[in-house]
Amino acid sequence: METILVLAHTENDGSLAKSAREALHAAAALHKSLAGSKLLVGFVGENIQAAANSIAASPVTKYFGVSGADFTQSRYATDAAAAEAICKAAQATIVVAPATSRWARVLPGVAQRLGGRADTHVTGVAAAGGKISVSRWFYRQRMEGALTRTQRPWFIGIDPGSQTPCECGSGTAAVENVAVQLSDGCKRTTVTGIRAPAADAQTIRPDAQLLFVTGAGWTKKQTDGQAHVPEAGKLILDFLKHARASLGSSKSLVDLGGEGQAVLPFLSHLNQVGQTGATPRHAKGLSTCCHGEEPHTVGWRFIGERRAVNLDPNCGWARGKADVLYVADAFKVMAKVNELLANGKT
Amino acid sequence: MSTAYQIVVCGSIVPDPLQTLEPVAAPTGPALKNEMMLPAVLDPWAGHALYEAANLAKNQPGSKVWLVSLGPKAKLQQVMMTVAQKVPFELVALDGSASGFTDATETAAALADAIAAIPGLDKSRLLVFGGWESASRGAGATLQMVGERLGIVDQFQGVDQLTVNADGSLEILERIEGGKHQVSKCAGASALLGWATGNLPEPKNNPQVGMVNMRTVMPALQKAKPVKFAGDGLNFTSVALPKQLRETQIVKEKSPDDIAKEIVEWIKK
Repeated sequence: METILVLAHTENDGSLAKSAREALHAAAALHKSLAGSKLLVGFVGENIQAAANSIAASPVTKYFGVSGADFTQSRYATDAAAAEAICKAAQATIVVAPATSRWARVLPGVAQRLGGRADTHVTGVAAAGGKISVSRWFYRQRMEGALTRTQRPWFIGIDPGSQTPCECGSGTAAVENVAVQLSDGCKRTTVTGIRAPAADAQTIRPDAQLLFVTGAGWTKKQTDGQAHVPEAGKLILDFLKHARASLGSSKSLVDLGGEGQAVLPFLSHLNQVGQTGATPRHAKGLSTCCHGEEPHTVGWRFIGERRAVNLDPNCGWARGKADVLYVADAFKVMAKVNELLANGKT
Repeated sequence: MSTAYQIVVCGSIVPDPLQTLEPVAAPTGPALKNEMMLPAVLDPWAGHALYEAANLAKNQPGSKVWLVSLGPKAKLQQVMMTVAQKVPFELVALDGSASGFTDATETAAALADAIAAIPGLDKSRLLVFGGWESASRGAGATLQMVGERLGIVDQFQGVDQLTVNADGSLEILERIEGGKHQVSKCAGASALLGWATGNLPEPKNNPQVGMVNMRTVMPALQKAKPVKFAGDGLNFTSVALPKQLRETQIVKEKSPDDIAKEIVEWIKK
């Protein structure tokens, strides 16, 4: 009989993130398909009661919590101690958690402490015949595999955006407080702040409907024999502003910036998508001036509807990968798109 | 205050990302078709970690870099011919599978044992580096397990920047959600850092560095400890390439104005 524990950390305002609700949804579905299993939730954060109350109408039978000022920070030592204590208190055999930066940092280490196993970047969890299997991608989204494990506890990190968030009703939840003794060694690290680009310079928006992918073609010589990098930068930024899109970039374009060349100054490795970058999840994707075959195109493996603008009708980003390829000059197309979006016309 | 760090970089080899990869069923579980024939490279994230380690060692006099690498010996030797020309390090080689289908726990055990066996290891000066991801399994789990086995509880993942402060403390920037960085201050070594891309470009090949490195690389390869992974309790029920191939509609004849109108309608839909 499996004891399924969902681990969640609260946000700064005490709420639960969408990714935590996705993990709960996956765990609840697993619980439903495993006869005799138990579904529990453990919270870590400064104040956890509001988060517990927000899912009080879920099929969870028991809530655990580690709270207090020491657990506000996203810090390995204290988060590991908290997660370890909750897992022990719950006697969990399956631990499901959202693969946020906070949990991804710490949960494999907790699995190690408890003699368990950990699988990250999980995109599906299922049970058949009493056996649990998870699916995840290997070789940077090049192939998908499904696996089972006999070891317990089994830590499963769910990729944010891969599941439907649970629509659990709220109420009043009784949370069992789990005491954690922290040594001074757990406080050698202090989180001193968050560094973020200025609001108008933030180009990465995980919640955006649309991913806008820019390729190195934006910096190449155009039909007049000249490169138009400043113009390209303005077109891209204007589009992001009007469409509220998130910006992804090919590795080649990002690397040009790292090599000190005069390219698009707002791009960093954080924007990079593909084999050596991110594989974000958005409902729609629009690629412009991108080239290359696999593995570059894995950058939009998890994009729903895909369109591309490229002068090359055989563009590897589009053939077989996109729904629509517009063979056209992206400078001209995006200038007009921006004009239409700015005027609110179609 | 300058600290002479012992920087141990965990980094393995992966198939050249530009190669076509196809899974096949092997007696021991899934594998890649013609795996031993595929050209290999140092994993990109491990590479970033190695270059950051070398840069830190250069700026902290007395520091030393080790590269602990687990992979088939013959493949390691090929890759080291190039990597050894980049930055100074001492290789600790483990002869075993670098497959993306191996278990992170077993890999971590082998790496941690190899690190613990480094002669003269001083944990008060130890920094363990590696990639926070890899181009093979992309477990994002191995380093944390290595850290736990070595008793390191100051761990950081998705690191893009490490600064050693005048008082010996470490300021670390880790990637978090939404294109932001979390800034942490750690009292000092020991610590474990899983690097994202960092900020350094790939160093140019330096034959002189290569010659110095190869004096230790070849003996390290010759005495590489064999590592076998049992894979107990782990069973792959399927591994397959994604099947979906989209029917791409090629639009060639429309004007930029018409295309723009169509794109805007699609975005707003």
